[in-house]
Amino acid sequence: MSQWIEVCPLDDIEEEDVMRFDHAGRTFAVYRMDDSVYATDGLCTHEKVHLADGLVMDHVIECPKHNGRFDIRNGKALGAPACVNLATYPAKVEGGVIYLSV
Amino acid sequence: MDTSFSPPLRARPQRDDYKLIGGAGERAAAAGLAGAEWYKCPVPRAALKALMKRDDAQAIRDTLLWYGAILAAGVLAWFSLGTWWAIPAFLLYGTLYCGPADSRWHEAGHGTAFKTRWMSDVLYQLASFQVLRRPTVWRWSHTRHHTDTLVTGRDPEIAAPVPVDIAGTLMNFFAIKSGPRELWRVLQNAAGRFSDEEKSFVPESEWPKVIREARVWVAIYAVVIGSCVVLHSWLPLLYIGLPSFYGAWLYNFFGLTQHAGLPENVLDHRLNCRTVKMNPLFRFLYWNMNYHVEHHMYPMVPFHALPQLHEAMKTDCAPVYPSTIAAYREIIPTMLRQVKDPQHHVVRVLPAKTA
Repeated sequence: MSQWIEVCPLDDIEEEDVMRFDHAGRTFAVYRMDDSVYATDGLCTHEKVHLADGLVMDHVIECPKHNGRFDIRNGKALGAPACVNLATYPAKVEGGVIYLSV
Repeated sequence: MDTSFSPPLRARPQRDDYKLIGGAGERAAAAGLAGAEWYKCPVPRAALKALMKRDDAQAIRDTLLWYGAILAAGVLAWFSLGTWWAIPAFLLYGTLYCGPADSRWHEAGHGTAFKTRWMSDVLYQLASFQVLRRPTVWRWSHTRHHTDTLVTGRDPEIAAPVPVDIAGTLMNFFAIKSGPRELWRVLQNAAGRFSDEEKSFVPESEWPKVIREARVWVAIYAVVIGSCVVLHSWLPLLYIGLPSFYGAWLYNFFGLTQHAGLPENVLDHRLNCRTVKMNPLFRFLYWNMNYHVEHHMYPMVPFHALPQLHEAMKTDCAPVYPSTIAAYREIIPTMLRQVKDPQHHVVRVLPAKTA
């Protein structure tokens, strides 16, 4: 059964940015975009690089190593070298705090 | 993490080591050199975010200037027909057609040239054709180049393998070795055939795209060659096709500064890449790829922001080469020595705090 996990205060992530979040041996990328929050697996499906070091542009995260791109809303891979979609997770803000459901 | 040195994979490097199948790749992987973690100069996230920002204006301006220059040189060549001036005029045309296509292919391949993605994709297809590199195959080979930069048997884009083949290197200034090989691969891909090496770095899901692109190229070349036959003239090929050969010298001239003579099998781009100060004309033609350490360490940073990235990390790097001539003063003697002594390479001295 999924559970909501506290990530960090909303203000810890700048608008149109991403932060790495590690929990229970897993790594996630948590995004803030247009005052909404999103969460995906933390590693690029291409070569397992941390996406939190990448660039967020208009709901797209670009991997810092090979520029593979994913839509942070649904994890869709948007072109080579990213060919496999990214897993996404529900995320929400309550009381100024970001929560992630895994 | 000590990334400054890895032992040579073999006591005396051999050319067969560079093969992606049956070369030194497995030994490299066993030594922890494949897909490894590389040294990164510390750059604050806020500064890096600002440097990574994309922009259409500079790339649109440069692209219009570039194609304008190609068009002008083409017109000049047309009006010089029948005179000896046609030789330098076509050399200028071919140089502009092919030389800067290398850096445009490169930047557009990374997707960093423009903010608007489709513009990068269009430029990538055009530049790939002009520089004679199959778009999808070379996109994936370049991906590997960034994962395993100068790792023997893993990196398909090592321009000056050891022992150095001086004649082959010089021939490639006019794509005499590389060009026919690439055209043969175009024909093979158009027929749906892939080499084992291609299969080792191009995922199967991308093969239909490779085949489609190869068939489009074959169709273009067929039209150009057909025009030559109909017109009883070499002119169509002189304008489209052959410039990828006679204009190749410029990207080879720039490209050798990137890695030639530097050590293989190290996990630190400060040791196996060169950053070279170049004049504004060279930097326009080469789209700032002279900041090569910076590009390899942070490939998300677009060409126009590389000088600022250089400023942010230069105190953590080996001294910059003050000019292209200074770089070649090192490259030429090193490559000549590597003909007989493949273990020799340049040793870059890093700042004391990180060396």
